[in-house]
Amino acid sequence: MELRATVEEEVARELTRMGVEGGIAELIKGEFIPAGLTAEFDELLEMQVGEAYAEDIIRMLGRGEEGEVKLGDIEVKVDKSELSGKIKEELKTKLRDVRMKLSEEKLDAILKKAEEKYEEAKVEPREAVGIVAAQSIGEPGTQMTLRTFHYAGVGAIYITLGLPRIIEIVDARKKPSTPAMKIKLAGEYALDRNKARELATEIEETYIRDIKSKIESSTEDMCVWVSLKEKELERKFIKREEIEEKIKEVGKDVLVETMEDGKLRIHVKRMSFHELLKLEKDLSDKLVKGIEGIKRAIVRRDADGEYMLYTEGSALKKVRRMEGVDFSRTTTNNISEIVDVFGIEAARNVIIKEMMDTLEEQGLDVDARHVTLIADAMTMDGEVKSIGRHGLAGGKVSALSRAAFEVTVDNLLGAAMYGETDELKGVTENVIVGQPIKLGTGAIELVAR
Amino acid sequence: MRTKKIKGVKFGLLSPKEIRKMSASKIITADTYGEDGFPIEMGLVNQWLGVIDPGLRCKTCGGRMGECPGHFGHIELAAPVIHIGYAKLIYRILNATCRKCGRVLLREAYFLFSVSDVELESDLKREVISEKWHKKFSDNDISLPSNVSVAKEKNDEWVITGEKMFIIRKENKKLNIYDAGEKRSFLREIELQREKQVGIGEAVKRVFKEAAKSSVCPYCGDYLFSINAGGELENSLNKCLMSKKLKKIFETGGHLLSKNPSVIKEIDNRWLITDKNKISYIVKKGDNKLNIHCGTPQKDIKYEKPTTYMEIGGEEREKKRRLMPTDVRERLERIPDEDIALFGMNPKNARPEWMVLTVLPVPPVTVRPSITLESGQRSEDDLTHKLVDIIRINQRFMDNRDAGAPQLIIEDLWELLQYHVSTYYDNKILRLPPARHRSGRPLKAMTQRLKGKEGRFRGSLSGKRVNFSARTVISPNPNIDIDEVGVPEGIAKELTIGVNVTERNLDLMKEVVRNGRKHPGANYVRRTDGRKVKVTESNYEVLAEEVDLGWKVERHIRDGDIVLFNRQPSLHRVSIMAHYVRVMPGKTFRLNPAVCPPYNADYDGDEMNLHVLQTEEARAEAKILLAVQHNIISPRFGRPIIGGIHDCVTGLFLLTWTKRKFKHKEALEILKGIDIDDLGEPTGTFKSPSGTDIEVPYWTEKQIFSMILPSGLNLQFQGKAGDVIIRGGELISGVIDEAAIGSFKGRIIDKVFRQYGEEATKRFINDSFRLAINYILRVGFSFGISDEDIPVEGKKQIREEAVHGAELKVEELIRAYEAEELEGLPGRSLEETLELLIMQELGRAREEAGEIAERELGMENAGVLMAKSGARGSILNLTQMAACVGQQSVRGERISRGYQGRTLPHFKPGDRSANAHGFVRASFKDGLSPTEYFFHAVGGREALVDTAVRTSQSGYFQRRLINALLDLEVKNDETVRETRNTVVQFKYGEDGVDPSKGEYGKAVDVDEIIREVI
Repeated sequence: MELRATVEEEVARELTRMGVEGGIAELIKGEFIPAGLTAEFDELLEMQVGEAYAEDIIRMLGRGEEGEVKLGDIEVKVDKSELSGKIKEELKTKLRDVRMKLSEEKLDAILKKAEEKYEEAKVEPREAVGIVAAQSIGEPGTQMTLRTFHYAGVGAIYITLGLPRIIEIVDARKKPSTPAMKIKLAGEYALDRNKARELATEIEETYIRDIKSKIESSTEDMCVWVSLKEKELERKFIKREEIEEKIKEVGKDVLVETMEDGKLRIHVKRMSFHELLKLEKDLSDKLVKGIEGIKRAIVRRDADGEYMLYTEGSALKKVRRMEGVDFSRTTTNNISEIVDVFGIEAARNVIIKEMMDTLEEQGLDVDARHVTLIADAMTMDGEVKSIGRHGLAGGKVSALSRAAFEVTVDNLLGAAMYGETDELKGVTENVIVGQPIKLGTGAIELVAR
Repeated sequence: MRTKKIKGVKFGLLSPKEIRKMSASKIITADTYGEDGFPIEMGLVNQWLGVIDPGLRCKTCGGRMGECPGHFGHIELAAPVIHIGYAKLIYRILNATCRKCGRVLLREAYFLFSVSDVELESDLKREVISEKWHKKFSDNDISLPSNVSVAKEKNDEWVITGEKMFIIRKENKKLNIYDAGEKRSFLREIELQREKQVGIGEAVKRVFKEAAKSSVCPYCGDYLFSINAGGELENSLNKCLMSKKLKKIFETGGHLLSKNPSVIKEIDNRWLITDKNKISYIVKKGDNKLNIHCGTPQKDIKYEKPTTYMEIGGEEREKKRRLMPTDVRERLERIPDEDIALFGMNPKNARPEWMVLTVLPVPPVTVRPSITLESGQRSEDDLTHKLVDIIRINQRFMDNRDAGAPQLIIEDLWELLQYHVSTYYDNKILRLPPARHRSGRPLKAMTQRLKGKEGRFRGSLSGKRVNFSARTVISPNPNIDIDEVGVPEGIAKELTIGVNVTERNLDLMKEVVRNGRKHPGANYVRRTDGRKVKVTESNYEVLAEEVDLGWKVERHIRDGDIVLFNRQPSLHRVSIMAHYVRVMPGKTFRLNPAVCPPYNADYDGDEMNLHVLQTEEARAEAKILLAVQHNIISPRFGRPIIGGIHDCVTGLFLLTWTKRKFKHKEALEILKGIDIDDLGEPTGTFKSPSGTDIEVPYWTEKQIFSMILPSGLNLQFQGKAGDVIIRGGELISGVIDEAAIGSFKGRIIDKVFRQYGEEATKRFINDSFRLAINYILRVGFSFGISDEDIPVEGKKQIREEAVHGAELKVEELIRAYEAEELEGLPGRSLEETLELLIMQELGRAREEAGEIAERELGMENAGVLMAKSGARGSILNLTQMAACVGQQSVRGERISRGYQGRTLPHFKPGDRSANAHGFVRASFKDGLSPTEYFFHAVGGREALVDTAVRTSQSGYFQRRLINALLDLEVKNDETVRETRNTVVQFKYGEDGVDPSKGEYGKAVDVDEIIREVI
């Protein structure tokens, strides 16, 4: 039974990958086993596939007639070719579309040509790709805006963008200046606006001061009176009992009474005036709902029509186990949080994505390879290192290189104490001693015999 | 000839012995020159230290000025002083070592448990940690991580390494297992970090921190008493137990112990008795006796910046005792060599006591040359001044001490000596007043020489001033090729290339010298004997005759020479490219406008630099890698960065945007300057509008443009105005605009580059520029103030419909807000909502105004033409000039600051209307009202501040980026690695593709291959 289920799944996946409509796939699922990925018309009819559909399927899978190439063959051949993964995927989808005009020879010709072009497009060995990457990010830096704030989409959430954001990423700061999460929702939460909104209130921090209409301490009866905004309570799905519970947490022996008019009377036995005032302040600063540090959570519809949440403030660990949160698709712009929760590879991907998004928002065109290289250099040791004297530039082996960058004297004194030997392997060191650098054309030597 | 190569640079501290050994002269006199004007023997600038005057010879090496690198001298200091750079470190070392015996206050390995098992031993001998070993460890409540390895250290000793470190020793037929202790663990960590080539600084920092925690020395202490070794007492100690008997012995000796003192057995027959969490007694075995010592208590040491150390405590509490440099040095000397390794130091290379100076090296005079002023007076270098101070005080110190001066005076002088030596090294020490020159200017000490942008490292070693370079203003010339640079004759006569005279160029070189200093001439010749002779008006004829094989001629640069051309800031590699020289009259560098984008240059007074290459290797590299045509595609985004700009785009746009017919002569005129032999068949015949009734053949604008396209070019893309289709090298349909030939986008350029290569692309860009210029000159193109005129009806429409309409709507919004009828947008306050809506409304007003203006101006308008073709400017620019400037903003909001409740006194407080918050309804052409003018200035200021801040920020950002990544390189196996050979990427960019080599940003253009094959 179990085995059958996996076969079924595989077939379904195979079919959708080949572009067979979901409906057809459904029809033949379970009956159909992709034996060499061909099927005869009659066989399909026997499987009680509608005639019109059968025609489609056969066209997709290949009829084995002269000149026409089977989809399976395309897959196999493309997979075998010496191309990068991305190009292979693109080839597969595009070849599928023109399969009708394809022949075995043409397929080979296409692959050969693609391989040739790919080989031509490769980097020359010894190319100084680091410098090119640094220049490619640094040069457009001059064109970026310094305006710190910008709206994310339609929401009222502020996000740091432009040069300050790029610098922030590259500095590997513990916390960005405007942390924010994009929370994807699971199940019905993603489809039901009200459910999504309810979840948003669970995440967004709410203090008593946000929902009170009045809070005052009365010296007559030595207690604090709080009246709440019913409308806000309703909007934030907060029950009165919850508030009472929370209020009791403010201090020892806190007593809460709800008056007939809805007012709350809060007092503590034996209290000085000073304590009374402190109680009032503590009360108004009491978190009654949500996650501390998440100032706002806004419900928006994404491109696929799903509801999702945008938050101002970030706390990945805390939303991790919340019901309704699809954690596998939830992200934050706080890279150090990503390292803690998902690990270094995820951090690398987030660095790339955040940088590319920032550059794109500024309308600057930078090849992803440059950004990728920077992200890889920052994360290669298993922790996110900053670009600068405390990170990559400061961790160099060469004392001369470090001295030429920043904190010259300290680096020299340190090198002397530790008895370092500069082996002159890098660029700066060789420039300093006046030798050709060992990159690019400098890496090659000619020996005359 | 084999050139020597520097393999490495070693750093270390100089020992006093070494300083004396390398010294060429001991220095005792503070004076520099005697009355006779000659340097004083044993003075600061004596002739043993090198030569700085022409004609003299060095007494040490005999070299002349320029040959002798200089030699160090030395000063014997009367008393030791602290080296200011190591003051903090000295404090840390003092704090981490025993005040008495000098050992680092870290614990040795200590005993855990013992086993006697043949199987376990054989495991060890095979260097495996078996399950049984793991079990043994866990039986003793010690967790042994699974990923440990064991290695034999020496006879009967093994070391287990992993997260934790253990030592196993075979003693008395038993295997004793020891915890390696802090000391061995740290030593191993430091060693490991060294191997991995990561900084050991962090580990050393932890050593200092850990060692500073100890308050009692675990190694030394005053001897108390002894007991006989062996027997019951030693057995109990071996079991880490404090037997009653032993306790009794202690008590009879007058050493009271608390209830449960703990015993730790250390390696090599030592025991520590810890009482009340403090090491109290140390038991050492020797002479068959157990000798009991009490641990030496460690006094607190305080460090006061910059160079004072205090010891606090002892018998009288709170008693402070200053540690003089002599005391400090004594303590540092006591630290044994093996312990020094814990600080990451190697005793051969750096002993801690060398950080306290007893002998001061005096740098050679070549390092601190004096300059002779016009008056003939010598002015010494700052370092020399500082050394004079040091010698003076040193002398006074000695005199006073010899005379038996009171301690107080000695201490004062010592302090003064310390001050001078400190400020000799660094004249910007916190809490020390900087030493000043007579004029009051702070002296430039060693540190200041090295540090910062103009310091030795960044200013003189990483970058240098060069010869064979020129700089002047640039101006445009579309008639020279993009890979050429027009060089003024005046400059060409100054810049030279050294040419070795051979048989092949002998005649040419003779001719060049014969020209003398006239343009294609020469400035110097070098004869076979190495003598350099200047070519002058009087000797050039003679020299020209003499020029022979083996000579070297410094000839002027001339047409066809390759040079480097650069504009700062050099933000990316295309900021420096190789151009071919074209000598021209005038005084500016001439540059084809198509190469402006990579340099980010314009002609409003920009200056650029030119460097003449001096070696054949450099010229080859420039030609192959740095040539302009090689850099048409930018590596940043994989698309052309060189291409048509401004008039080039406008010209081709004008040519192709409507159907035109050209007579033969007209066609030739438009194509002049372009290398074309054949116009091709005319499309048809027509009656020329100017001429008679005779039918003449004509060529279309598409034909004309197609003349510059490479034959066989196929391309189809979306232009700004519809699809552009090129088939077989012919423009079939479409208008040529920025997207076709512009820089950054330029689809045609991109395609030509991929398919036809560098040369063809260069030709295409050259040709398109010339074609465009020819055509634009022919039809005429200008833009003036009258081009911003809009007919009265249009004006009225803009004012009434667009602008006034919006103003009314804004008023409506304000009224709704004040009446509290406005609905707040989600997540926003009412006020924010109002502001947002007003901004939107006013933005729309300007848009509308722009649309009206665009319609009224019409496509024939030069401004609209430029905007539409992408040549320059935008519709927004035109809107602001002709219709309405629009809302001014600061930080994305309407202008709201100024007075209380209003921006200017012209408005009522609380006025939220468009006019009161920076909406400029006028156009630039109409002129702004005073308030509008003010608001515009407010908005403009933000932009100014922004650019000023941005340049500095992004400059530093780029410097950091470059510094972090400059060593990364693609190796032969496609991996990207840095200097340690650590892999950064296994395949560059995950697919190994060079961004500048793919197809329009992609690695391979799949669509095109499929289209071609099918």
